[in-house]
Amino acid sequence: MRKGIFAMRNVLHGLAALGLGLAAATSANAAEYPIKKPVEQDWSFAGPFGTYDKGQLQRGFKVYREVCSACHSLNLVAFRNLEDLGYSEEQVAAIAAEYEVQDGPDDAGDMFMRAAKPSDHFPAPFANPEQAAASNNGAAPPDFSLIAKARAVERGFPTFVFDVFTQYAEGGPDYIHALLTGYGEDPGEHEIPEGTHYNPYFISSASLAMAQPITDGQVTYEDGSPETTDQYARDVSAFLMWAAEPHLEARKSTGFTVMIFIFLLAGLVYLTKRKIWSDLH
Amino acid sequence: MSAGHSTYTPKTGLGRWMDARLPLPRLVYDSFVAYPVPRNLNYAYTFGGILSIMLVAQIVTGIVLAMHYAASTEVAFNSVEKIMRDVNSGWLLRYLHSNGASMFFVAVYVHIFRGLYYGSYKAPRELLWILGCIIYLLMMATAFMGYVLPWGQMSFWGATVITGFFTAIPVVGDWIQQLLLGGFAVDNPTLNRFFSLHYLLPFMIAGVVVLHVWALHVTGQTNPTGIEVKQKTDTVAFTPYATVKDAFAMVVFLGLFAYFVFYLPNFLGHPDNYIEANSLKTPAHIVPEWYFLPFYAILRAITFNIGPIDSKLGGVLAMFGAIAVLFVVPWLDTSKVRSAVYRPWYKLFFWLFVINAIFLGWLGSRPAEGTYVAMAQVATLYYFLFFLVIMPVLGLIETPRRLPNSITEAVLEKKSSAAVPATEQAKG
Repeated sequence: MRKGIFAMRNVLHGLAALGLGLAAATSANAAEYPIKKPVEQDWSFAGPFGTYDKGQLQRGFKVYREVCSACHSLNLVAFRNLEDLGYSEEQVAAIAAEYEVQDGPDDAGDMFMRAAKPSDHFPAPFANPEQAAASNNGAAPPDFSLIAKARAVERGFPTFVFDVFTQYAEGGPDYIHALLTGYGEDPGEHEIPEGTHYNPYFISSASLAMAQPITDGQVTYEDGSPETTDQYARDVSAFLMWAAEPHLEARKSTGFTVMIFIFLLAGLVYLTKRKIWSDLH
Repeated sequence: MSAGHSTYTPKTGLGRWMDARLPLPRLVYDSFVAYPVPRNLNYAYTFGGILSIMLVAQIVTGIVLAMHYAASTEVAFNSVEKIMRDVNSGWLLRYLHSNGASMFFVAVYVHIFRGLYYGSYKAPRELLWILGCIIYLLMMATAFMGYVLPWGQMSFWGATVITGFFTAIPVVGDWIQQLLLGGFAVDNPTLNRFFSLHYLLPFMIAGVVVLHVWALHVTGQTNPTGIEVKQKTDTVAFTPYATVKDAFAMVVFLGLFAYFVFYLPNFLGHPDNYIEANSLKTPAHIVPEWYFLPFYAILRAITFNIGPIDSKLGGVLAMFGAIAVLFVVPWLDTSKVRSAVYRPWYKLFFWLFVINAIFLGWLGSRPAEGTYVAMAQVATLYYFLFFLVIMPVLGLIETPRRLPNSITEAVLEKKSSAAVPATEQAKG
């Protein structure tokens, strides 16, 4: 009998501990970053038939060139890849020629600078990560080649299950857009270390070393698109998605053919199966 | 069943010549054409075939990827990106291979759960089951080492954490870890030996698969009723009946595979693995690939010391124990009846086990803090209770439902019950 009471008490204690723990976990979750989840945007490259909007990629490239490239490298992208953006071979050669890259050694054994060719990759703004960190308050700006696939805010249960059916794969560009448009006044609830800037969308803290990099009217668009922070953020996010996943269009269009093929094949094999099994009964 | 006489008769002169010297056509005919399989196999039984296709697919894509990959910490990350960007259809090969690993595990989990549900491990199929467990273990080692090769942040830190487990082993732990790493930390020697082993292990898997299929063909397949084959009407020929059913299941499975490859190729991966490995920057949460998450949750659930065993060693023991326990399942299950179809209580506990395993997987993806730890402890407890208590005890106390006399009777019963109105069925 005493044993029974003890067991009962243990169970109750256990349940109470579970309840307390649950409360603790919820509050711990609330403290996790980012403070705000990114707002989902409409992207031309989303969904099973998604394609890049070349005009948008060109605008995004302009934003990258005139603003981001001062600090962020794009190591894995070559100038020749820019033909994907709708530029002709000559245009690409002209863009490349605006950059200088190191080459060599020459016959005398010296390294030298020359104009870039389409086969060259984008030169990095800093010689090495140490220099990049030293010039940026100790935080080296990350390379941008894969940033659109290397950043995604966790979706959580059950959203990640729905994502399988909605084919949501734009966590990267949504995050970049949210971050670029998300700077604002600190409501005073968070500790903002010296030299960092409050942004509730930043993935790993309440603030980041980079100040708001772009504001309305900073980049001139030739195609009449609005020159707003929101538009810049949208365009550069699309450009970075292309940089990270240049074969996205080929992937999705091949995928459609493959799915049709598998669907028809499955139908035919199923009918064959029914025919074969029908003589059993 | 393969003990039955071979019915192969070569029809051509070349066939007879071959048969007298190397009867390979006879082996193929007996194993994959005339081989009798129970007529009541459902689609849960098609995953063995799916798994062999997945193994071949992984080996083929892997061999081509290895032609373009370079196992050096200096260039590994960029060589994978070169495959993604510059190699013809490289993006397709790489996504097929990385998602193929996930699909391989999807199929193997269905295959294992099917075995647990229908009691496929029971005598005389203990060795068949154990060979399967060995394949699963080899798959885990292969997948883990493969995930290190792209040399992303999760590659590096996952390798650091997992090789760190071995240091928990008393006396020889540090030595084993250094042997695995080829040094004191994850570095170039680690990457090189992992690449070498990642290329070797799939062929060892293929070897054990041969033994697995051999053992299967000696005992014959089980079936949803769990009753052994007794008469000729219980079976159908492997070809065309099972072949075409397996083929249909494979095509549907390839549809799922293709859906992920073409539309959600990075859904099952971690964004951090698109950041090059950096030994100075630890990611906020180190998580393994999804198919290891239940075991990761079990590892982290042991937060307390048990006598002389500290929590670290306890966690490692629990994690390895969670896999080791599978090997002795044939002797833990005391039930005389094989299939869960006739075991109402086992059926209930089995489905609870499946839900619990998925729940453990989710917990493995959460940080090990607050209630998550308590929940992981409860779920870990159920994981072991299922094998160590429920399986042996239930077999002794459960009253199974009436078994049909033969597979044929079960099939006919099912058909007639489908034909009568629902009210009649309720009475029966």
